[in-house]
This record gives sequence, C-alpha cells and structure tokens, in this order.
Amino acid sequence: MKKLVFITVGIMPMIASCFQGNSAKDLDSKTTIIGAGASFPAPLITAMADEYRTYTDKKVTVNYQSIGSGGGVRQFVEQTIMFAMSEAYLEDEVLESIETSTGGKAFNIPITLADVVPIYNIPGVDKGLVFNSDVLAGIFLGRIIRWDNPEIKELNPGVDLGPLPITVVHRSDGSGTTNLWTSYLSQVSDEWKDLVGSGTSVRWPVGVGGSGNEGVAGAVMNSPGAIGYTSLSYALLNNMSYGYLVNSSGNVIEPGFESTTEAANIEIPEDTRVLFTNTSSPRGYPVAGFTWILVHENLDKNKAVKSREEAVELIRFLVWAITEGQELAEPLGYARLPETVVKRDIGMIARIKWMGEDIGQQVLDEFELLGNHS
Amino acid sequence: MKGHDEMINEMRKIEEKAFIWRQIRSSAMFVVVTLSTMLVIAPLVIMIGYVIVNGLGAIDADFFTGELGSPARAMAGKETGLGHTMIGTFVVDTLALIISAPIGVAAGILLSEYPAHRLNPLLRVMNDTLNGMPAIMKGLLAFALIVRPMGTFSGLSGSVALAIVMIPIAARSAESALSNVPWAIREAGLAIGLPRWRVIMSAVMPAAKNGLVTGFLLAFARAAGEAAPLMFTSFGSNYLPDHWMGFILSPVDTLPQRLYALAVSPYKEWHTMGWGAALVLMVFVAGLFILARILTNKKLQNA
Amino acid sequence: MSDRDFIRAIPVRSGDKLFVRILELLAAVIILLTVGLAIITLHGGIEAFREFGLTGFIGGKIWDPGVSKQFGALPFLVGTAVTSLGALIIAFFPAVATAVFISEYAPEWLAKLVDNLVNLIAAVPSVVIGLWGIFVFVPWMREAVYQPVFNWAMEHYPSLLPLLGNPVGYGLTSATIILALMIIPFIVALTKDAIDQVPVEQREAAYALGATRWEVIRMAVLPYSKGGILAGSILGLGRALGETMAVAMLIGNKNTFPFSLFGPGATIPSVIISEFREAVSSMHLSSLMAIGLLLFVISMLVNMLAAWMGKKVRNERA
Repeated sequence: MKKLVFITVGIMPMIASCFQGNSAKDLDSKTTIIGAGASFPAPLITAMADEYRTYTDKKVTVNYQSIGSGGGVRQFVEQTIMFAMSEAYLEDEVLESIETSTGGKAFNIPITLADVVPIYNIPGVDKGLVFNSDVLAGIFLGRIIRWDNPEIKELNPGVDLGPLPITVVHRSDGSGTTNLWTSYLSQVSDEWKDLVGSGTSVRWPVGVGGSGNEGVAGAVMNSPGAIGYTSLSYALLNNMSYGYLVNSSGNVIEPGFESTTEAANIEIPEDTRVLFTNTSSPRGYPVAGFTWILVHENLDKNKAVKSREEAVELIRFLVWAITEGQELAEPLGYARLPETVVKRDIGMIARIKWMGEDIGQQVLDEFELLGNHS
Repeated sequence: MKGHDEMINEMRKIEEKAFIWRQIRSSAMFVVVTLSTMLVIAPLVIMIGYVIVNGLGAIDADFFTGELGSPARAMAGKETGLGHTMIGTFVVDTLALIISAPIGVAAGILLSEYPAHRLNPLLRVMNDTLNGMPAIMKGLLAFALIVRPMGTFSGLSGSVALAIVMIPIAARSAESALSNVPWAIREAGLAIGLPRWRVIMSAVMPAAKNGLVTGFLLAFARAAGEAAPLMFTSFGSNYLPDHWMGFILSPVDTLPQRLYALAVSPYKEWHTMGWGAALVLMVFVAGLFILARILTNKKLQNA
Repeated sequence: MSDRDFIRAIPVRSGDKLFVRILELLAAVIILLTVGLAIITLHGGIEAFREFGLTGFIGGKIWDPGVSKQFGALPFLVGTAVTSLGALIIAFFPAVATAVFISEYAPEWLAKLVDNLVNLIAAVPSVVIGLWGIFVFVPWMREAVYQPVFNWAMEHYPSLLPLLGNPVGYGLTSATIILALMIIPFIVALTKDAIDQVPVEQREAAYALGATRWEVIRMAVLPYSKGGILAGSILGLGRALGETMAVAMLIGNKNTFPFSLFGPGATIPSVIISEFREAVSSMHLSSLMAIGLLLFVISMLVNMLAAWMGKKVRNERA
C-alpha cells in the first residue's frame, strides 16, 4: 500500500514536468518576459512594461512581480525567471557560483536609482527640516531623544522645536530601503557600523517596526514626534513631510530627482557594483543607490529563457528601458539614470550571448541604426 | 409550635431573598452575554464598513473587465481594472477545491466511519499540525513539488498550494459532519444488506451533506483569502495570459495577492483599487456563506 | 455494546476492501504532505542547527542579521507563546458567551444573523485585517489606551514605564487582541454545536428543580459542552500559532529581548514572512527555515496534547 502511495505522489511532479512552461514557443510571435524581485522599482518597471507592450503592439508582455530582492535573487539562481531586480548587487560568492554553473557572468545592470528620505511628524513643522549625519545616527541609535536637542536646533535656526520626544519607526520587514538607509548610517557612524551594521534586516537599537512603507508611514502619521524613513516617491505621493540632508561635502541637499541622479555622478566601475551612499558628489543626495537588473551573460544557460527569440526580446526590452523607458521615471517618482551609467549598461549588454552568438551586440546595433521610435 | 412556624417563616424569607438575588444574577448574566456578543461583532462591522468606504470608489465597469497595466493608467484615469485577477482567482480557487475535495472527504470518512483504523491517530495529529503551519510554508512545499519540475510559475502550483491550505480544514469538518449522523442510518443500511462502503456513500454521506458543504465552504473561504502561499507559486500578473490554458500553466493573478500589492504601493489610485479588490473578495466569500446557509436550510426543510 | 464492538461485527463484503484502500491512499496524502513540509524545513534549517547547536539555537536570545550574524530563536518562541496563549485567554470568554447567546438567548432570526456574522470574521482575509489594523485599530488603540496609560504612568509611576514600553501602537498587545478576534469564530462554532447537542431532558430537569435561566446554562448545559469548547479552543490555538500576515503587520517586529507590554515583539510566523523575501545569506535563510521547523514541532506537540485531552473528555462522557 505504501508503495502505491509513494508512486502516486511521486507521479504528480513528473506529470507537472511534462507541462514545460508554455511561453513563447507554441504561441505565434507573442512573448512573455518574466522577471521578479524588489518591490521598490516595481511600479516603474510595471509602467515600462505597459508602455513597451503598446510599443510592440501587444506582442511582448513583461510580467514583473515583487517578491522581494532576496526572493528575486533566489529565483534568479533557481532559473525560474528571466531577469531579477535587486536593490543590492550580487555578492562575489553568488557571482562565482553562477559563473561555474553557466560558464558566464551575471550582469548587474542599473536600471533606475533609489533614494531614501527621513519622514517625520512634528506638529507645526513642514517639510525641509535639516539633518546631518551625526544627528541621524544619534537619533536612530537612541542617543538623541527629543526634538529640541541642541544639535537639531543648530541645523534649523528658524524652526520652533519643542521638547517633544522622538519616536523612531523603522521597517520590520526586510527591505532594500532599509539596506540603503543602514548602509548610509554605517558609513557615517562607526558606532552604528559596529553595533548594528547594514543589511535588509538589522537589529535596531531603538524604535518600533512597521510592515512595509505603509506600516512606517501609518505609524509616523499617527504619532506626533515620530521619525521614520521611506523612498522619496512614497513620501512625495503621500504628502509626507520629509527632511533635507547635509552631504559629505557639507551642502544641504533637498531630496529630489536631480540630487539623486547627481549622487551617481562619480567614478563607476565597469560592472557598476558599487554603493554610493554618502556620495562624494558635491551636489548629490547622500542616501541613494542603484537598483539593478540581474541578467545572465549566457542566456541559453538560463532555463527560464526558452528560445533565442525570447532572449532577443529580453535584450530589446533592456535596451529600451535604459533609453526611452527612462522618460517614464520622473512622473512616477523615480530619478533618471545619468549618462555615464547608461554607457556602462550598454557595455554590459553588448556582451550578452546566446549559444556564443553576440545577440547583445546585434540588438544594440538595431537600436543605434534605427534610431528612436516615436 | 410557635418557634417551628417562626423558623419556617424565616426560612421562607431567606429563600425569597435568595431567589431574588438569583433572578438578578440571571438577568445580569444575560446583559453580560449580550454585551460580549456585541463586543465580538462590532470590530467586524467596523471593518466591513471601512472596506466599503475605501473600496467603493474603485468599483466601475472597467474594474471588472480591465487589465491592471501600470500605475500611470490609474493616475491618468485611463481604463484599468482587475478583470484578469478575478478570473485568475476563480480558476485557481476552483482547481484547489477540486484537488482538495477527494482528499478531505476521504480523510473525514476514514476518521469518522472507521474509528478503529490504525492510521487514524497519526492522521489526526498530522492533519491538525498541517493546519497550524504558516501558509507561506505550504507555498514553499508547492514550489518544491510543482514549480521546480515544471520550470515555471503557474496557476496549477497556486492551486496545489491553496489545496494544502484547504485540506486540513476540510478533513476536520468532514469528520465532524459525518460523526453527527445518527447510527440508525448506518444500521438501517446494513440491515437491508448493503455492503459497508455502499452504506457510507449512499446513506451516510447524503445525510451529512449540509455539514460537508458548510465545511468545504469554510475551507474555501479561508484559502480564498490567503496571499502568502501564492507568492512563489502562481506568482501574479498585470495582464491576461496569452491564451486560456495560461490560467493554469503560466503565472496568474489572484485577488488576495493583488490587493496587498496595490494597498502598499505609493499610489493613491492603486490604494483605492486595492480596497476595491478587498471588497470584491469579501462579497465573494460572504456570498458563498449565504449560499451554504441557503443550501443547508433547504435540505433541513426537505428532511 | 460499544461502538467498537458494533463495528467489528460488521461483515466485510465485496468492494469494502478496495474502498478502504482508496480511502487510505487519499488520506495518506495528508500525512505525506505534512512529512514533506517537515523535510523541507529540516533540509533548509540543518545548516543553522549545525552552526548554533540545537539548544544554542532554541535558547539563543540574539537575532542579528546585520553585524554578528548570530541567530537565536528564543525571542520568537516567547513571542509566539505569549500572543497565542494571550489570544486564547482573551477570546475564550467572549467566544463562549457569544455561543451561549446564539444558542440560548437570542430569537431565531437574531441567532442566525449573529452566527453568520461570526463566521464571516473567519472569512476575512488576513491581509485585510492587517491593513485595517494599521489604519484604524492601532491608531485607535494608541489614542484610547496606550497613550493615556503611558501619560498617567509618566506622571505617577515612572518606574512602570520600561514595563509599558513604546505606545506607538504596533506591538504584542495589539497583535494579541487582533489574534483573539481571528480565533473567536472557531471557538464559537464548535461550542455552539456542542451546546445544541445537549439533550432537552437535561435542561428540563434543571428547570424542574427551580433553576433560573443562567443556572440552567451554568449547571446543565455548559458542563455537557466541555468537549466542544475544548475542541474549538484547540482549533483556535492552532490558528493563532500559525497566523502570519495580520500579526506581521501589527506586531512591530522587535527581534530581541526585552519585550514590554505595549511595545513591539515578534512571533515565529511574523519573522519568517518579514525576512524571508529579502534574505539572501544562506545562514539567514537557514535560520528562518529552522524556526519554521520549531513551529512545526510546537504545533505537533500542542495537537498531540489536544488529542489526548479530547480522548479524556470523550471517555468521561461515555
């Protein structure tokens, strides 16, 4: 009897594997490109997907779902998706293992920029409160506990700050936003670096955790004296009061598209795997970072890419996304890629291959030859 | 003699007093019980009101027929909706019900009709343990069983994940419904010479139909609201799949997943749509409950 | 003749053996699924157990994915125990009272209405409850309960403040109350069923002895329904142990001791869902799976206890 049971249950996956994913092959010229990963860029890539669908007369559909950066990276390694999006670049060990299993690299291609702003709820105080790195670290370490602290007052001479206690709100779920915020704090405060460190989830010394942007926003909006952090787009679109930061060059920077793009205006290595929080760029906003698309160099080795056509469509979408697609960024609250980074991206895309064939190059030639579509 | 009468009078007075106190206590408990019930119902009513107020703004014809696309669509007031999500939910949930029904019923029959069977103690503990596991782990199980071999996310894997959520509830309720059927029915069936399996299938099961239906609807309602197990299985989508089989064999969108993604996005228009999705989901589930009650009552009247 | 003797006396006819085999096959799927789940968590979690040792992991107080990469499960075990038991304690009386209301006090139309409404609570998606919690319940709790108590303590008993914790609203108390709400339907449903089964004779006898309405319930009905009350409580406890989304959204996710009354905490399911999507390091992932395995073991133990208690109650009745 037990044998029968095991055979039956074992058959389920076997039958399932007969239905190999049915994307492009059997369907006349319709392609679906599947990607997954970080939640932060999801609205942008969804907008790009929608626009691209119209652009290709509904022939190419990009299906992106947010399952988290970690989830995206894991599915990328499992090869169930064609591309991933992550707010952290792939670590060396992961790159090595991918190189071993596919014979080629995994490219980290920046597609947009992420920025994180401090949000607060101080009755009578609008947006624009100025913070510097010591103050922020002090607040989040629990050293500065009231809004009328002299360090804060010094930075904001005209603002009426009373003895309101500070309540810290942080993200309770793992998130790339936390990663950016904590990596900034780690860079500007040795105490933070030794005590807490950086990552998508950390051990916060003080404060309450809200789940997701809405959890943090909800808590901040309902608690006078609260301070938290979210992405700029979230703060903008939900009319929250956010602060300005003093960057490493000593300038007070208002968070915005320009200052975020400026932050990336530094020496970028060829593989773009760099963190530029606390950027050296003088007019750059100090808490910003890339959001990367992860894609295999040898697409034929990625089980999720089922045919050459799919591989080519994927690359076409990538090229479109870093050029024309960038038009969609600002209306949705995202900053555009600076030219220097686009160049790096093109350099990496050019090396993508299918069975040794340089399809990356071919697609790039297409775009440069044909110019821009209207 | 006089002392005896006095004693009886005193005792009667004490009894009367005690009786009044007991009456007061009884009425007081009535108030306490009623207030407790109101305390229990109030949050639900407030919740429903909140969902309606926030979600009603999203409901229009497009909501039921359109595809989601990008936030820019909603922000510009262009056609956008969750038609693909609703179909996806229906397909995935129905398939899950089909998968879980035989297993749940079989377990229920085994536990109720064959109480001495050696598998039962183990089955009961395993079933309840499975019930207590977080739904996300059931999604991981379905991932290992279906998504990996298939090489892609699919509605089928989502159905399997939801079936794993439904089965323990269905099994428990089936057992309960079947054991409530009076022995007389079984005796009658055996008395006219039916084999045991026939007694169960043709006499006991129909008698327990109400309980079975209610149990399955409860399990279905629970699974219909689960989002976590679908993350790594049916995956989600902002459009209709390329062809109809795609609802089963490729990524598919479902209401609980979609409503969460919309509600936590930065866009107010998407927030409203998220609550609209919650509203549709709750109406769907409430409708199922009402259906279950109607079926139950009808059967009782016929009986 | 007991039920068991009766069943043994039933002759086995053609088709019976096959029927039972089919039942066994289908039911075995449940056992296999459960075992499969255990295998997956064990396979995923083994790394963490090897690194920290079994007792080290279970008793470990520190969960730090950032700097020391140390993972210990104790905060979550405590959080899970506190929220689940607390939810059961909070839910118990209102749930039994509601069942009594439906079965004993309410007129037919009202009983049906309330019954349906209570069942509807079970059907509300966890995500919706969580979102409602964030936007409505928690701010309300903060205004109505946490902040006033906090202010009062600040003025009169400042030494109580560490015990009370941060009154923002996300925390153990809020999550426990919401959990209680979510498990009420199970207790109500099974208690009501049991109450309905009480024979009329029991009630009539009590009335005949001169008992008031309440005394009838207290003396004749409720003791008889013990089985249903217990079963409902166990079912509810099971739901409370495994509840993920609503708790994760409302509990504030503090992964380390000390916990406080109003302040944030964490449970096993809440930390799993919060960190699973983003976890990349294999030790982090492994620790999450290991915690999942711990929950599996806890759930199994609780259910074994419940089965044993259920048997005792059934034997008492017989």
